[in-house]
Amino acid sequence: MSGSLTLRAAIVSVALFAVFVLGWHLATRSSGATSGMDPEYAKLMGATATQGKSAMPGPLDVASKLWEHLSQPFYDKGPNDKGLGIQIGYSIGRVLVGYLLAVVVAIPLGFLIGMSPLMHKALDPYIQILKPISPLAWMPLALYTIKDSSISAIFVIFICAVWPMLINTAFGVASVRREWINVARTLEVGTLRRAFTVVLPAAAPTILTGMRISIGIAWLVIVAAEMLVGGTGIGYFVWNEWNNLSITNVIIAILLIGVVGMFFDQLLARVARLVTFPE
Amino acid sequence: MSDFISIEAIAKRYPVRGRGTTTVFENLWLSMSRGEFGCIIGHSGCGKTTILNILAGLDRPSEGTVIVDGEAIDGTSLDRAVIFQSHALFPWRTVLGNVAFAVSSKWPKWSAAKVRAHAQSFIDLVGLSGSEAKHPSELSGGMKQRVGIARALSITPKILLMDEPFSALDALTRGTLQDEVRRICLETGQTTFMITHDVDEAIYLADKIFLMTNGPGAVLAEVVENPLPKDRGRIDLHRHPLYYATRNHILDFLVTRSKSFAETVTDHDPHHVPVIRPGIAEPTLLSLTPPPAADAAVRTAGRHP
Repeated sequence: MSGSLTLRAAIVSVALFAVFVLGWHLATRSSGATSGMDPEYAKLMGATATQGKSAMPGPLDVASKLWEHLSQPFYDKGPNDKGLGIQIGYSIGRVLVGYLLAVVVAIPLGFLIGMSPLMHKALDPYIQILKPISPLAWMPLALYTIKDSSISAIFVIFICAVWPMLINTAFGVASVRREWINVARTLEVGTLRRAFTVVLPAAAPTILTGMRISIGIAWLVIVAAEMLVGGTGIGYFVWNEWNNLSITNVIIAILLIGVVGMFFDQLLARVARLVTFPE
Repeated sequence: MSDFISIEAIAKRYPVRGRGTTTVFENLWLSMSRGEFGCIIGHSGCGKTTILNILAGLDRPSEGTVIVDGEAIDGTSLDRAVIFQSHALFPWRTVLGNVAFAVSSKWPKWSAAKVRAHAQSFIDLVGLSGSEAKHPSELSGGMKQRVGIARALSITPKILLMDEPFSALDALTRGTLQDEVRRICLETGQTTFMITHDVDEAIYLADKIFLMTNGPGAVLAEVVENPLPKDRGRIDLHRHPLYYATRNHILDFLVTRSKSFAETVTDHDPHHVPVIRPGIAEPTLLSLTPPPAADAAVRTAGRHP
């Protein structure tokens, strides 16, 4: 046993990756010319038929395609051929707008529900019914009323991101320790100052947990929403490349969706660490 | 009306599902003068904390009123500071931040520098100089409670209310903090009302000890005036001739009379609770001469079984 845990973990990670890529490569490589074929005909048939090449792209195909995408991420050659950077940018933009709208609605409303037992009881049935609805089920209604596919996608993000934040904020606010509230009461701290200087810092870790769950769900849903509404975005890109039968591009998109989702999650985890206090 | 604090005929009742209400205590009268240190002792469930919360304004009596400095109280006030049993510091604020929060609540118009200086002087008072920038999680239990004391004192309250402030601390730390509290209260003439379970703590700190019978339906049975000299010290407290008389009287009450009080004492007038000043205990062996004439309201400890 030598080296730190981090180092050893990194070695295992790299080894697993190497085994996976090698396995992938071996499974998809050409098995050599299958039979004598008229070269003219072979050209028409393509590598799958003539070289025994799998229809699934190998790691090298994906890597070279990825490099191609990365070297010019922002090209725009018309509605069906945009750079990957542009597509993912559209998706991130929609997620952020829908998510921020959800923050603006869910956190104040969560405060209200958490601080007022009356509002908690009154709004609870609505939350319980609305929460389990798949965000995509709202899509037709959104398209019909909003009449704009892009804003409909933002609405769908909003509706899926709002619940975890609302519930966590209400829970965090309602479970602020009684003694902290009593300190504020004995010091005659006004409602607004109490909300900002006592309740908000006390509930912040719980609120951030809700925000982290929400951004994860929003990023899951945007891909599906964009497959439906079409036009732009990484979800549309995936579906378009499926229609083009470009499995290479689909794999690259999947990889990219994962990377961006991880980035969002880590970003909020970092913010959560800032507001967490040791007891 | 010379009493600084006057609790007048307060009651606390809670509704019980399907069975009307339960009365924690009723028709409770209690008074204290300015600068006095009062301790309330009783078993759990007698409503001690409820009385303190009513004094603090965190709870309201079902009946009766509390008058402080000539005015009936209505809710919480910056004139009445509370030191909580669990210190109740904000863990996201530093020591200075916790005290400054209280200071800026009392004097919202003060500049940040003035708030800081004022908070600092109270941190120095409780002996925490040098720990201003620490967070509560970095402090020991005793230091946390010191911050709680500094926070309560920093708003220069008319009354300091303490709910078993030292019960969560180890014996050594408790001793030092009792010394500090006694020193500060004597120096500043602070009127203080405290809940405790600890008889020695009450004898060391309090001028008046309020004995409560068991709840529900608890009553303030008697008020014990501390016969020990004002300049008593922790070291020789137990050598004072009146120490054991006082201690035994309170212990006897807690062990037996707090349970049997309601059956045995039928002529208890809650408005005029007997005030007792324990004398030299058990005058039986030396009682060739009658005990010194006492005030009608003052009974001696020896008369109780």
